[in-house]
Amino acid sequence: MSAIIQVQNVSKSYWRDSFEVPVLNDLSLEVNRGDFVALMGPSGSGKTTLLNMIAGIDRPSKGKLIVDGTDISTLGESSLAKWRSAKIGFVFQFYNLIPVLTAFENVELPLLLTKLSKAERKKHVETALGIVGLGDRMHHSPKQLSGGQEQRVAIARAIVTDPVILVADEPTGDLDKHSAEEILTLMERLNKEFHKTILIVTHDPHAASRAKIIRNLEKGDLIPEVA
Amino acid sequence: MKVLKLIIKNPLRHKLRTTLTILGIAIAVISFGLLRTVVTAWYVGVEGSSANRLITRQAVSFIFPLPYSYRDKIAQIEGVKNLTYANWFGGVYIDKNQFFARIAADAETIFDVYPEFMLTKDELETFKRERNSCILGEGIARQYNLKVGYIMTLEGDIYPGNWEFIVRGIYRPRDKTTDASQMIFHWNYVNERMKEDMPERSGDIGWYIVQIEDPAKSAIISEQIDALFKNSPAETKTETERAFQQGFLAATSAIIDSMNVISFIIVGIIMLILGNTMIMAARERTREYAVFKALGFSGKHLTQIILGESLFISAVGGGVGLVLTFPIVVAFEKVIPKGFFPVFQIEPITVILAVSAAILIGIAAAIFPIQRALSTKIIDGFRFVG
Ligand SMILES: Nc1ncnc2c1ncn2[C@@H]1O[C@H](COP(=O)(O)OP(=O)(O)O)[C@@H](O)[C@H]1O
Ligand SMILES: [Mg+2]
Repeated sequence: MSAIIQVQNVSKSYWRDSFEVPVLNDLSLEVNRGDFVALMGPSGSGKTTLLNMIAGIDRPSKGKLIVDGTDISTLGESSLAKWRSAKIGFVFQFYNLIPVLTAFENVELPLLLTKLSKAERKKHVETALGIVGLGDRMHHSPKQLSGGQEQRVAIARAIVTDPVILVADEPTGDLDKHSAEEILTLMERLNKEFHKTILIVTHDPHAASRAKIIRNLEKGDLIPEVA
Repeated sequence: MKVLKLIIKNPLRHKLRTTLTILGIAIAVISFGLLRTVVTAWYVGVEGSSANRLITRQAVSFIFPLPYSYRDKIAQIEGVKNLTYANWFGGVYIDKNQFFARIAADAETIFDVYPEFMLTKDELETFKRERNSCILGEGIARQYNLKVGYIMTLEGDIYPGNWEFIVRGIYRPRDKTTDASQMIFHWNYVNERMKEDMPERSGDIGWYIVQIEDPAKSAIISEQIDALFKNSPAETKTETERAFQQGFLAATSAIIDSMNVISFIIVGIIMLILGNTMIMAARERTREYAVFKALGFSGKHLTQIILGESLFISAVGGGVGLVLTFPIVVAFEKVIPKGFFPVFQIEPITVILAVSAAILIGIAAAIFPIQRALSTKIIDGFRFVG
């Protein structure tokens, strides 16, 4: 069985004024279905850039990205948006919940793009919030929740459409130790029980140690895996 | 629309800012409505004038009189159908702040030339017969609760002394634009008393009103009339009633023109108020829009959210403003001198203009934020620090 994520000779550079800033150099990476991978590396090494390209919110300058069987480097803007909504669940460092919506409504957002009826949406949202342990906080607004709870709502939003891949960029970066622990445990559970392929970016070795595989990035290059 | 909830909740994030924006729009709409009402009231007055009536007045100024002898000379010009004349009486009725036109006119001919002042045959005959009778516009009669047979006493200023008139008819305006607030009485009655009190002023005519057969000939006939009295001590200036009305308050006309311009400047101001609010809001939400896009929402959805919010605010502000405009126009009408504008009401066109302006403004204010939201790349949205 081929890898669910295949990054093939991808290079990426940004343009700052008229300077080309190379970020990733001819990088290749494979992630198998059901893996839980932590990307580590110093700040500015290109972790976020790599994650964003895999998740289809950024594009490579060169190379190919095949994710769950689709070559996403060739998709147009709107097909890519559709693809993201079906395949990827996003978790961000700063939760990025919509402050005027309740926990329930935030989790419901991605479902608004599906054909599900209101009743079906409600069932899915309740299930997702149940999994993250916030079944009793559904009608709270983000302001009424702690950071850890907000991040759990964000995880519920990421899994509510039942995507195959979860990407999380520094999901514990803004949390206290206890909350961070809860989030990591939740991630582990999603990987083990729900068989989600998970890719997290972190620079915290403790957090990374909860993943099955750790990969290190250094100045745009992946350090070879140690067996 | 699934994003409806956001359209309503988004404006509530900054309640003070949204309230101020709504108030700003409401005040602007009220000013717009009030100004437009003044402007339209002014043009209604002008439109009420007839195209087939010419006004002949003293060339230097309308306050200088013309001789009575001009009457027969003007009447001989070809194309003149009817001829009448009038004097501005002025005076005070009850309260000097209450203004309505009081005119001493030739009783025999005045209503031939002004068919839009509708009288019954009886009323007209009685009026012509009784030297000290007067005819009132329906509006004035209603305002002062005057009926046929009542006595009205005017305190003269241009024509000093106390003057008594007996109401013999109440004319009904034929058209919506007809001035229903005039008081008309006999020129003869006034002139006879002037013969006694101030003989040097007797026979003075304020202006002649010339009804012509063909409005297309107004320019030629005007020239012919003025040519008759060229190089005489009282040269004349003849123009259409419409031109006369506009020139009568030339200064007012300039004010009206600027009001007209200002009313549209106000629309621009509302646009800036709302535009500013929307740009601030869109800036603050850069990151949220990136989240929406990452989740798979399209440009169409973002457009709906931003446009919806903009239209929501402009509609609430516009609605509040429009609703308040009505009582404010009524209050304003009470403050301005009575009868200054024969018709003073909010025209449907004003409402239509205000509503379409609100919609246009809602759209215009959203254009820049939408353009920004759509063109910002997701990754740049996430990296954006407000
Ligand atoms: N949108 C962008 N425009 C310009 N430069 C960028 C952009 N995104 C990232 N970079 C640069 O690319 C490099 C890698 O960034 P990033 O992937 O965010 O690193 P990491 O997540 O490992 O800290 C940094 O030098 C950063 O400044
Ligand atoms: Mg990063």
